[in-house]
Amino acid sequence: MSFNSISEFLTMGGHGLYVWLSYGLGLVVILANLIVPLQAGKRLRVQLTRRLLREKQGS
Amino acid sequence: MSDKKWMPRWFYQLASPRWCYQICGKLLPWFTALALGLLIGGTIWALVFAPADYQQGNSFRIIYLHVPSAILAQSCYMLMAIAGAIGLIWKMKVADMVAKSCAPIGASLAVLALLTGAIWGKPTWGSWWVWDARLTSMLILFFLYLGVMALNSAIESESTAAQATAVLALVGLVNIPIIKYSVEWWNTLHQPATFKLTEKPAMPVEMWLPLLVMVIGFYAFFAVTLMMRLRNEILRRERRAGWVKELLLSKSAV
Repeated sequence: MSFNSISEFLTMGGHGLYVWLSYGLGLVVILANLIVPLQAGKRLRVQLTRRLLREKQGS
Repeated sequence: MSDKKWMPRWFYQLASPRWCYQICGKLLPWFTALALGLLIGGTIWALVFAPADYQQGNSFRIIYLHVPSAILAQSCYMLMAIAGAIGLIWKMKVADMVAKSCAPIGASLAVLALLTGAIWGKPTWGSWWVWDARLTSMLILFFLYLGVMALNSAIESESTAAQATAVLALVGLVNIPIIKYSVEWWNTLHQPATFKLTEKPAMPVEMWLPLLVMVIGFYAFFAVTLMMRLRNEILRRERRAGWVKELLLSKSAV
């Protein structure tokens, strides 16, 4: 391990802001790339199913 | 038939939206587990166990996000252009859908590479941004992704949109070698490539091994998000196909 204490780990030798900001952004980008398609997929399935059921009733 | 035997069967199956939808569904859990394991393990390794750089200190740890996202942003672009070309030449619908799904992922990865680069530049170069060849060509890559997305949504007909974006993506492909060689052709603040195919990395193994884990983890993550988007795109474009209707009705029954 390259740190002796938790506070040393958090401050990153004075570069804490830069390191944590970067990793925060990384997490945001990764999560967004999972949540956005997941939500879009759910919405699409609901929408298509609803349309399909409507067409079935109409015919 | 016999003259076509040299082509493996899966190559033809790739052209079938239904087969692609199913195989992506089967692969997704494996790639998700792989991406999760590599990214979590790699991040802990990068933040806690990798040694600090003797010049840059701990801000060096940004490399473990910066390099993978930059590599992936370029790989994603190449995949988008190649898929676009396949769609153009062989009129393969699935290839068009892959190309379309690549654009937003690549754009977000380019943003991550640019932002982590800026954040890393501040303590290292004393500036958030310089108009340097590497940084500028990477910014152009981001704009190319935005252009592809804008063009795709601006054209009503799906097949015309796919053709137009494929041409744009192929033209923009010249930017990829420019990004790669920008650190060699021009004087630059940016450091040269960490990984080269022909040489050993200049950094010690305890530094580049976690980086390699993160790069592979990013590739796995890219596969996950691409397959998720591709599956949505297949459902949307194939909504009138019998198998999609059956699938939707069987899901709605339970």
